[in-house]
Amino acid sequence: MSNDHVSLVINEQPVTVGAGTTILEAAQSLGIAIPTLCWAENLTPANVCRLCVVEAEGARTLVPACSRACEDGAEIRTDTNRVAQSRRMVLELLDSTNDLSQSPELQTLIDEYGADSSRYTDPATPEPSPKIEDDLFIRAYDRCVLCYKCVEACGEDAQFSFAISIADRGFDARVSTEYDVPLPESACVYCGNCIGVCPTNALQFKTEFDLREASDWRPEDQEVTETICSYCGVGCTLELHTQDNQIVKVTSPADHSVTSGHLCVKGRFGWEYLQAPVYRPPSDP
Amino acid sequence: MFGAGGGTSSYQEVEETDFVLLWGSNARTAHPIYFHHVLKGIRNGAAMYAVDPRLTDSAKFADAWLGIDVGTDIALANALAREIIASDLHAPEFIQHATTGFEQFAEHVDSYTLDFAAEITGVEAGSIKDLAHRYATAESAQILWTLGITEHHNGVENVLSLCNLALLTGHVGRWGSGLVPLRGQNNVQGGGDMGALPNKLPGFQDVNDPIARKKFEELYGVALNPRPGLHLTLMFEAMSKGELSGLYIIGENPAESEADVQRARTLLEGLDFLVVQDIFMTRTAEMADVVLPASVGWAESEGTVTSSERRVQRVRAALTPPEGARHDHDIIGDLAECMNVPWPARSPEELWDELRTLSSMHRGMSYARLEEHQGLQWPCPDNDHPGTTYLHSWLWEEDLGGREPAPFSLTEHSGPKEALSSEFPIRLTTGRVLDSFNTGVQSRGYRSPIRSGSDLEISPMDAEHLGLSNGEEVVVSSPRGSVKMTITIERDQPRGLAFTTFHFPELVDLNVLTNDQWDPLSGTAEFKAAAIRIDKLTGHDRA
Amino acid sequence: MPDLKFSNAEPDESERLLIDALVDNPPIIRHSERVVHGGVRRAKDVRHLLLPGLHLLNNSKGWISPGGLNYLAESLRVPPAEAFGVASFYDLFELEEPEGDGPRHHVCVDPSCAIAGASSYAEHLRSQGHSVHESPCLGQCERGPALFVQARGSAPIDMSSGANEEPQFDTTLSNKLLQRFGNVDPTSLESYRESGGYQALDRALSLGSDEVLKLVTDAGLTGRGGAAFPTGIKWRAVAEHHGPQKYVVANADESEPGTFKDRMILENDPFALIEAMTIAGVSTGCFKGWIYVRGEYTTAAELLTSAIEQAYDAGLLGEHAQNDSYSFDIELRQGAGAYICGEETALFNSIEGFRGEPRSKPPFPTDSGLFGCPTIVNNPETLLNVLEIVLHGVEGFRAAGTRESPGTKLFCVSGDVGRPGLYEAEFGVPLRVLLAAADTPSSEIRAVLLGGAAGSFLGPDQLDVPLSFEGAAASDATLGSGAVMAFSKDADFLGIVSQLAKFFRDESCGQCVPCRIGTTRQHEVLLQIDSTGPNSKQRNLLADLSLVMGDASICGLGHTAASAVQSALREGLLGEPYE
Ligand SMILES: Cc1cc2nc3c(=O)[nH]c(=O)nc-3n(C[C@H](O)[C@H](O)[C@H](O)COP(=O)(O)O)c2cc1C
Ligand code: SF4
Ligand code: SF4
Ligand code: SF4
Ligand code: FES
Ligand code: FES
Repeated sequence: MSNDHVSLVINEQPVTVGAGTTILEAAQSLGIAIPTLCWAENLTPANVCRLCVVEAEGARTLVPACSRACEDGAEIRTDTNRVAQSRRMVLELLDSTNDLSQSPELQTLIDEYGADSSRYTDPATPEPSPKIEDDLFIRAYDRCVLCYKCVEACGEDAQFSFAISIADRGFDARVSTEYDVPLPESACVYCGNCIGVCPTNALQFKTEFDLREASDWRPEDQEVTETICSYCGVGCTLELHTQDNQIVKVTSPADHSVTSGHLCVKGRFGWEYLQAPVYRPPSDP
Repeated sequence: MFGAGGGTSSYQEVEETDFVLLWGSNARTAHPIYFHHVLKGIRNGAAMYAVDPRLTDSAKFADAWLGIDVGTDIALANALAREIIASDLHAPEFIQHATTGFEQFAEHVDSYTLDFAAEITGVEAGSIKDLAHRYATAESAQILWTLGITEHHNGVENVLSLCNLALLTGHVGRWGSGLVPLRGQNNVQGGGDMGALPNKLPGFQDVNDPIARKKFEELYGVALNPRPGLHLTLMFEAMSKGELSGLYIIGENPAESEADVQRARTLLEGLDFLVVQDIFMTRTAEMADVVLPASVGWAESEGTVTSSERRVQRVRAALTPPEGARHDHDIIGDLAECMNVPWPARSPEELWDELRTLSSMHRGMSYARLEEHQGLQWPCPDNDHPGTTYLHSWLWEEDLGGREPAPFSLTEHSGPKEALSSEFPIRLTTGRVLDSFNTGVQSRGYRSPIRSGSDLEISPMDAEHLGLSNGEEVVVSSPRGSVKMTITIERDQPRGLAFTTFHFPELVDLNVLTNDQWDPLSGTAEFKAAAIRIDKLTGHDRA
Repeated sequence: MPDLKFSNAEPDESERLLIDALVDNPPIIRHSERVVHGGVRRAKDVRHLLLPGLHLLNNSKGWISPGGLNYLAESLRVPPAEAFGVASFYDLFELEEPEGDGPRHHVCVDPSCAIAGASSYAEHLRSQGHSVHESPCLGQCERGPALFVQARGSAPIDMSSGANEEPQFDTTLSNKLLQRFGNVDPTSLESYRESGGYQALDRALSLGSDEVLKLVTDAGLTGRGGAAFPTGIKWRAVAEHHGPQKYVVANADESEPGTFKDRMILENDPFALIEAMTIAGVSTGCFKGWIYVRGEYTTAAELLTSAIEQAYDAGLLGEHAQNDSYSFDIELRQGAGAYICGEETALFNSIEGFRGEPRSKPPFPTDSGLFGCPTIVNNPETLLNVLEIVLHGVEGFRAAGTRESPGTKLFCVSGDVGRPGLYEAEFGVPLRVLLAAADTPSSEIRAVLLGGAAGSFLGPDQLDVPLSFEGAAASDATLGSGAVMAFSKDADFLGIVSQLAKFFRDESCGQCVPCRIGTTRQHEVLLQIDSTGPNSKQRNLLADLSLVMGDASICGLGHTAASAVQSALREGLLGEPYE
């Protein structure tokens, strides 16, 4: 076996992968699904949610599939009771703390693993009121599962603006600007890359928030169209999410070689001028 | 540049290069997502140097910033070349193999000593030398630029000077090395691709090449004018001479975006017939005899655009246009029919396929393939071609791919046309801010929390000298006119330089101030180098 | 230097001066009006000054003001949000202006101090008008109730510096590691050398690094910081890396409740640590050592600072030390109230100026540790053993202890005992014997918490457990850091166990879900248990929490956060035993 490949067994199926391949990727190549929450293909694995844990023969504890590289000769199990118990508890703990109602994938997993958050009496939870500080997006941290994705996207994994960081520690840990100043006063440049990666809808477009408040958010009536941003010459792919011939939010595919899913404020939010129903206003503001 | 007009390198290459030379580009602000690729490169260990009159947001990421005087790029480039040659850091084998004119070039730049360049540019000789050595000794290196290089009366010469550096060191035609002009607007590259240049047919085929012309003439059954047309600035020249009396403008707003805008407005007003096709009722449209309301290209119609890495990508309709607005291709097709020109291809895909028969660099790019590959980079000559990540690999081929070697260009420093004087002692330069765009017609439409005003940024030293404080309103004058502006004292701003954005014509009719001197080779006006004076408000002004 | 945005908050003059003095090689150099050197790399190189800068700011005003933080962040080119994220990670930093300008009194309320009357002591201080903060174990368990005072406008003090107490240690069972305690003046290099100091380094230099590595390996030395990893393997792994940057780190963050041995080593024998680190450096090709001292150990830090200075002055540290026989530097860093920073990779992050969150392993520190370079991390006690091994050889070292656990061990004995203090004993000594040495009759004991908060309770029937790694393991226990907290039958075990659970809740870094939420829910369940003991629903919940924290957490904190609770349940300390 050459140095640049490793062979291992996952759920009794042998597989050979390139060195550095994660267990998650190797499992996917075998069609074995492993749930993830803090992992994203366009970000460095934060390795914090522990939803993806699997059993590795010989390891004292479970190991995170999303970030652990395959080792030659490893024997991995993704389907044991021990794995299921930990995943169930992770889901249960999250559900006991956060409002996960806008995370359909997590809801499905909660059912699948039988997580029962009603077992906890008077559990501590974060502050429920959303932060609405501007016209572009809102932050509802009672939905925040502290996956670190927004912090990474705002920082070294993409935007390098570092407007937000994790502050405090333990259960009080939270995503925050310095001294919790409102976002418009922070270093935020409104690229919305944090929204793009947030798995729980804690961060969402103000358009979506307003429609949800008006009970008019209808995913089943929405369409997604890929096109190219009309501003500068970089050529970023935009996914326009439309409902009733209106754009309701904009994303970009995480696997695109140009954007890696990230945009700037113009691409993300600069479409409002299209929304005038018939007549587009002339140049005065 | 040698060959077709497009960036030589893919975005991904800057992630893997060793050295980035950012020259006259504030990509952090103007091309934010391209800059993400640069940042990945820096994170992967690349060094970056920035050459720019201002310590821009982009330059703040650089290991070193060289703050040259506006319009002294050629002096710096030639001095870098001289230093590279003098220190024996050039690539003799590559030069021998792939270029011509090296001897004359070496002789030509010989007068550009470090001290001479230091004198001209205002940057210490030691730092120029440092840059020369870092660039020349890097394994792979890219030069990136934007309008800071091109928006000068001698913009083309500026670009040629940068090309010289790449030829001198062999930093071109290989993965990770190249010359990357970043396109300021979404489809500038695509416009060029499609022949929206005075002297080109689609696919960068020359108008005066009879063989190329013939393909088009056969298809449309008409004879084409073999003489190159006029670029925008020359059109205004022609208008002023009365040689041009009718204009059909598609998606431009020259009544606001032209340098010396008052002159431009007068000339537009003097036209016999003005047609404007736009998605907005722009200031220009308001002057038109006929307005053709168009649908929004990127969100309401189908088609393609080409990015700065020559990637042709699909745009698609997500919204139904407002009533009365029509797709550009329908308007033009109908016009053609009115003129009795056969117009066989009507749908965007038919038009595209028609183009593919005419332009070999686009031939392999069917809609299906564009979809499948997330766009393709030209040249892509056939249906099995993966597209071309970087250009000019022929420079490294045994027989140069059957081409002529690339010539060095002899360029001479000439400084901005509008020299500073005791009357107008401060240099004004313009640029973009992150959340706004061009004349602001589109970007004004959303409620950006980070929108800054159109203040005039000056250095603390100048502010002190002029007795100005932050937020003070002043009168700014150039040889062409005066406007009121608000002062922002910017710590990083070099002395003698003032900066503002050009996104707020409704607040500050800025192009009143800018110089309409334009580059005879490209037709680009000198947006970057007006001479101004700043005066405190008198009681009279305030009234 | 990314295009960071800083706030408009201004520092005051004193804050500005402090930071200017700290940052002597700034990340941005303005060569002239037209040439600026900066870049991301330069900023990375100075970021490790963030933690010292936060200390300076907090000490000067009693809190870290927005202006001060902003100025520090800007001077180091650290994004303000990140600087805030780091500052708010640590208990000792205040980010809101405190009321009044009196000092802040941290009184330990963990078990041993609770037994020693911590709550009435805290009441007493409050009644005197002091601002009192209830603190986790301050590492002074042998002389509780422990106190640590943060003044405003000066450096904080642990009260050991005020008290003229004799150090409480006992060498009747064994006297190797403690031999210099009380015999050597910890403020004097000369005194250290007179009693044989630096002979081990001389010998190590003459033996050569291969031989030293072999000695440490063959002696079977294992880590005393809790994980008992073989030291020789660690050293060899780093020695085999040939990069220019490698580090030795002494982990003196000691914060495990009930543990105070490292503090006593630093306070009584600081030169021994410096000598041992130097041996580690020269034997493995590391040119730089870092000592990370718990923030609350101010006396220890002062003594160490002086000891390091003296070693430099004597040419025992620095470039080309001892007539060019080696080069080795040592830099001191102080923590700021975060137990988790004792976890080796969290410690790296803390030194580097990031939040003290443990990293995912692999990569292990020996491959990628401090600043991403190969790093040896050792506990001070581990390092002290190296001196013994180098001087007395494998045989000499192995003469004490058991086959699997050779040598001697320091035990921190506290709680309901006759004579709390630091005891040295050979590995394998029965717990009962150790307790007897501390004048504690076994009959008085209801339970012993072995290994600190991360350890487990042993009942009266387990007092004969031999105190060796294998002996403890056989009883489902761990020696951990050597904490031995004894409790009589009068102890309020529910209170004690809840307090331990609170400790983990407070000290979790908050990174991973099992630990961040698990420790919180565990504490909540314990608070809901009444005097009749846990019901089956509560037991099930605690068991499930134990499982997920033990199996799916990132680091040792989460892995062990349920250990004491589960053992207390097993032992019947909270009501009827089960299983
Ligand atoms: C939560 C936690 C806290 C720790 N605290 C300490 C500590 O204060 N001192 C220490 O030496 N090791 C501590 N460790 C163990 C270190 O991670 C590391 O294993 C040790 O410093 C290695 O040194 P050794 O091999 O000499 O024991 C801690 C581990 C964890 C998980
Ligand atoms: S919008 Fe962009 S800059 Fe602002 S917090 Fe989100 S990722 Fe950071
Ligand atoms: S806000 Fe969203 S992306 Fe950010 S940490 Fe919370 S859940 Fe993750
Ligand atoms: S186990 Fe706890 S302390 Fe360790 S990384 Fe996870 S949250 Fe942090
Ligand atoms: S997905 Fe692996 S730890 Fe979160
Ligand atoms: S200092 Fe109080 S228990 Fe350790």
